[in-house]
Amino acid sequence: MALKLHGLAFSTCTARAATAIYEKGQQFELVPVNLTAGEHKQPGFLAKNPFGQIPVLEDGDLTLFESRAIATYVAEKYKDSGSDLIRHQNLKEAALVKVWSEVESQTFHPVISAIVYQFLIAPLFGQQTDQAVIDANLEKLKNILDVYESRLKSSKYLAGDFFSLADLNHCPYLFYFMRSPWTSVVNERPHVKAWWEDISSRPSFKKVAEGMTFGQK
Amino acid sequence: MAGIKLHGNALSTAASRVLAALYEKEVEFELVPIDMIAGEHKKESFLALNPFGQVPAFEDGDLQLFESRAITQYIAREYASKGTPLIFPDSKKMAILSVWAEVEAHTFDPPASKLKDELAMKPFLGLATDFAVVEEFEAKLGKILDVYETRLGQSKYLGGDCFSLADLHHLPIIHYLMRTQAKKLFECRPNVSAWVADITARPAWKKVVAMRAY
Repeated sequence: MALKLHGLAFSTCTARAATAIYEKGQQFELVPVNLTAGEHKQPGFLAKNPFGQIPVLEDGDLTLFESRAIATYVAEKYKDSGSDLIRHQNLKEAALVKVWSEVESQTFHPVISAIVYQFLIAPLFGQQTDQAVIDANLEKLKNILDVYESRLKSSKYLAGDFFSLADLNHCPYLFYFMRSPWTSVVNERPHVKAWWEDISSRPSFKKVAEGMTFGQK
Repeated sequence: MAGIKLHGNALSTAASRVLAALYEKEVEFELVPIDMIAGEHKKESFLALNPFGQVPAFEDGDLQLFESRAITQYIAREYASKGTPLIFPDSKKMAILSVWAEVEAHTFDPPASKLKDELAMKPFLGLATDFAVVEEFEAKLGKILDVYETRLGQSKYLGGDCFSLADLHHLPIIHYLMRTQAKKLFECRPNVSAWVADITARPAWKKVVAMRAY
């Protein structure tokens, strides 16, 4: 029975789950959710995710939401195929993957998503872009990426010398950020730049990125 | 083995999250106090343990970790055979636990932390509470707790039939909020109220509370 991923190709969180599935060498059926029609707030969808957000993964009778939980589940279920995203055979490496996954989740995500929301999403809904929010978050992003720059000098990827879920989880929002006017924040940090070029050129993400056309005419 | 060291203090919600896990697993550890008011967490010696300069940092022998939710997961797995099970061996049950752990981190924690800052931290620091912000965030947290109310009507604990990390991660913030006007949000929802009473009565959590002066 195939994996079903309810979401949209251009959605960052759907893309996170999709990239993890492809990294594990698996396929899925994308079931589009009509956000414009409010499908995600209707009872049928709320029965799958009571918080009314995409994506949702269905694997037989198991229904999951929260893209990072979905990615972790897929990484564990298919641990013997595709790339080793969670280092399940080495508890110390696995712990470091968790550390840098939490950094993405707790520290990187609130800042990058605030910027992406302001420049990409707010204009589409007729809302005024709040430059003060962008400026404040760009400052925070620079401080965060200074830490990444230092880390990536001594480690090829965030958790160690191996690509992992900690790196993968950054891809979708960074992809949209790199369409903004502020790409120098990444490009001026050579190790961060090299890391981004590496992880964004992986076949799994390239395939997902083809659908990440949000905001493009 | 050099043993476990936790760098932080019991007033920190994030450090308390790790303390709760250590007590649940009944493992020995040394608490290395970090004086945050003196800015100790921004000094070189601490930044070497957590380059983001946040409490807690954790050592187990030569393994160094930060981020409380990564540390609790490591403790739950490394010491799986000791104390209370905090994760599930069955992969599907573990996936459900993981869903609700993400809900705590992304959905519950932001508005709950905002309320903690306004209702608990600001008075503690002698600053004025902004009640407009309180009203806004109580409404947001209320909607989230409506979802919890339904979930806890179907499942004894958030992550499944047994207490797990998905519940434990909530303890530090709930402890603060239950001592403020925000407690009404939990008390008026019967399943949520019963769940709060249950998880805050756990002996391991009571040990953490006993370490706090506030």
